[in-house]
Amino acid sequence: MTHAGSADSDLSGVTRRSFLGTAAAVTGVAAVVTALKPLLEADFDPGDLGSVEQFLQKHYKEMTPLEMEEALARIRRQVRERFDIEPNLRDARSLVGVEFVYALNLSRCIGCRRCVHACVAENNQSRNPEIQYIRVLEIPKGTIDIERSDHHYDHETVPDPDHFYMPVQCHQCADPPCVKVCPVEATWQEDDGITVVDYDWCIGCRYCQAACPYWARRFNFAEPEIPKDQINPDMAYLSNRPRPKGVMEKCTYCLHRTREGRMPACLEVCPVGARKFGDVLDPDSEVTQILRKKRIYVLKEEASTLPRFFYYFDERRPQIREGDAATEGAAS
Amino acid sequence: MREYFTFLWRCFRVSFVGDWRYHVWMLLLTVLSLLGLNAYCKQFVYGLAETGMTDQVSWGLYIANFTFLVGIAAAAVMLVIPVYIYRNKDLHDLVIFGELLAVAAIIMCLLFVTVDLGRPDRFTHLFRRFNFPLSMLTWDVIVLNGYLLLNLHICGYMIYCHYRRREPKKALFVIPFVFVAIVWAISIHTVTAFLYVGLGARPFWNSAIIAPRFLASAFSAGPAFIILTLQVIDRFTVYSVPRQALMTLRQIILVALTINMFLLLSELFTEFYAGEAHIASTRYLYLGLHGYHALVPWIWSAIALNSIALIIIYLPLARSLKFLNVACVLMIVGIWIEKGMGLIVPAFIPTPLGEIVEYAPSLNEIMVCLGIWAFGLMLYTIFVRITVPVLSGRLTYDRDFSAVPQKP
Repeated sequence: MTHAGSADSDLSGVTRRSFLGTAAAVTGVAAVVTALKPLLEADFDPGDLGSVEQFLQKHYKEMTPLEMEEALARIRRQVRERFDIEPNLRDARSLVGVEFVYALNLSRCIGCRRCVHACVAENNQSRNPEIQYIRVLEIPKGTIDIERSDHHYDHETVPDPDHFYMPVQCHQCADPPCVKVCPVEATWQEDDGITVVDYDWCIGCRYCQAACPYWARRFNFAEPEIPKDQINPDMAYLSNRPRPKGVMEKCTYCLHRTREGRMPACLEVCPVGARKFGDVLDPDSEVTQILRKKRIYVLKEEASTLPRFFYYFDERRPQIREGDAATEGAAS
Repeated sequence: MREYFTFLWRCFRVSFVGDWRYHVWMLLLTVLSLLGLNAYCKQFVYGLAETGMTDQVSWGLYIANFTFLVGIAAAAVMLVIPVYIYRNKDLHDLVIFGELLAVAAIIMCLLFVTVDLGRPDRFTHLFRRFNFPLSMLTWDVIVLNGYLLLNLHICGYMIYCHYRRREPKKALFVIPFVFVAIVWAISIHTVTAFLYVGLGARPFWNSAIIAPRFLASAFSAGPAFIILTLQVIDRFTVYSVPRQALMTLRQIILVALTINMFLLLSELFTEFYAGEAHIASTRYLYLGLHGYHALVPWIWSAIALNSIALIIIYLPLARSLKFLNVACVLMIVGIWIEKGMGLIVPAFIPTPLGEIVEYAPSLNEIMVCLGIWAFGLMLYTIFVRITVPVLSGRLTYDRDFSAVPQKP
């Protein structure tokens, strides 16, 4: 071998050493190229790894109206290409002088999970892998400990007489730990109390997911899949437009609906009227009345994140409530 | 300037020179690094679904390794403090190997955080909107990169001065930085602990003892790692490591590991004796919960390994290097489990809504981790490979290394 090598080098003027060096370098380059091969399978379509304009796009709060228009145009184009529909995409801005809250009647909820599925359809969540914003807990009667809840109950019919049901989604906290921990301010609380995510700004570190006491945030572990015929074309930048892989998402109280005077999808579908939604700054709103008159509580009050999502029970004897209301009226 | 580039070029050249063992070792590390790179490319294309992580357990092996390596990096101060504060002579010439280890460890930390990101392509957003001082993650970005720069400066300056055969201006360019680095080393570990401790949503982490325990375990595993590497340096290079230096490190480990075990005991007592409601994660970790107990064998092995290591370290037996090494290996493994599987994963089980989903890393995820470890070890090997001939005066500006016959 050595002989052959030196004979070779005599002929070509290449020393054995430099030949070996070159061979090693070539092998090295080949190995690196092989290692990088999976990158060829990347889908460099816009929306996956992102285009140059998406890379240069500013944070939501820094965009001028013109830049926002350009971003919206880009997203519309992507939606057209991916889903063959023309989306009604807009930037539904936060309302001023409004504070949205949710109230959920635990006496009424029957655990049918219609809210879960209506939410998925409305908000264009990924069907594969499956993402759902609402989790309905089935809790045995006799406790309120959510650690004893069943998340995957599967009865023929609901409600099961020995259990009660507690849907949990983002509580839109007034002191949100998820916002505090985000290193790049990709998630923040808007004036009307809704915490949103800029899907084009999130770096996917999932610190917010670890910080949330209500397990309300979801991560796109893979490229979200939504069948073309199931896409909801009614979209806003900060809520239900299609998300890329590798970013967080969460319930936005359907801000593309609620900021335009409609009710959230989960509320509309509820067959028993367990869900109430509205502006707590409006003294005549239904939620304000509920907060005043019902026996309300918040989940994990000790986490002191000041949720804007309240649970309440119906009193057993409604006639007493009339009396209470009268006394309260007299006192005030 | 041109001379500095010649220096860097020579360093590059030197890193390819060595005997067959060196080449086999480097080849192995290169292959592993490339396998890791390959696995990461897959993850980059298909997303973090390639890992074992879920919405329920959203941090796993990457963050676990990151946490462990922050400790290794911080532990470099355990060489620096005896030398610069207590004027220990045995360790004096070895400090630089601790600092180089810190550099390699921090680079591995940064890699582990990067592979954990869903959108690494957007890392520039950190420069464009930085949620400082509210987010502890931004603190971590600052302290880790700062620590990297400090150590790069100290090592780079010392090595280059030796190369130029200049007397380093220690009072100006070394000592102040070393003292900043001492405080900084404590800070990287404290900030990393606060990253977890600051989350009210995770009662398992939300405990004041986490930061002190972090430091105690880091100051055992780090010096243990250094003891092993110093012996490798002693054996395979012209550099000789005085035995007394290893014994000083043994003393440090003895104290740190004792404190670590004591804090563990305090923690277990508080959690289990009071028997309050918020110990579901602790119960899951040590005893299993509702029939789920994937982590139980891990944590008890960790406790067993650390206990055996502690006993060996205490016995006069540990004056023999053979036993000392066994103890070091045991505690490195023990603390790696304790900080990884034992600290990161159980905080997510059960979820804040009481659901139990267990976590097991995927093969691809393990390959990425191995790749980063191999790359880090390769960096450290190269650092040592360059440092030894420079510090021993065999590679200087007027004396090209390749002219001298080699004995690695």
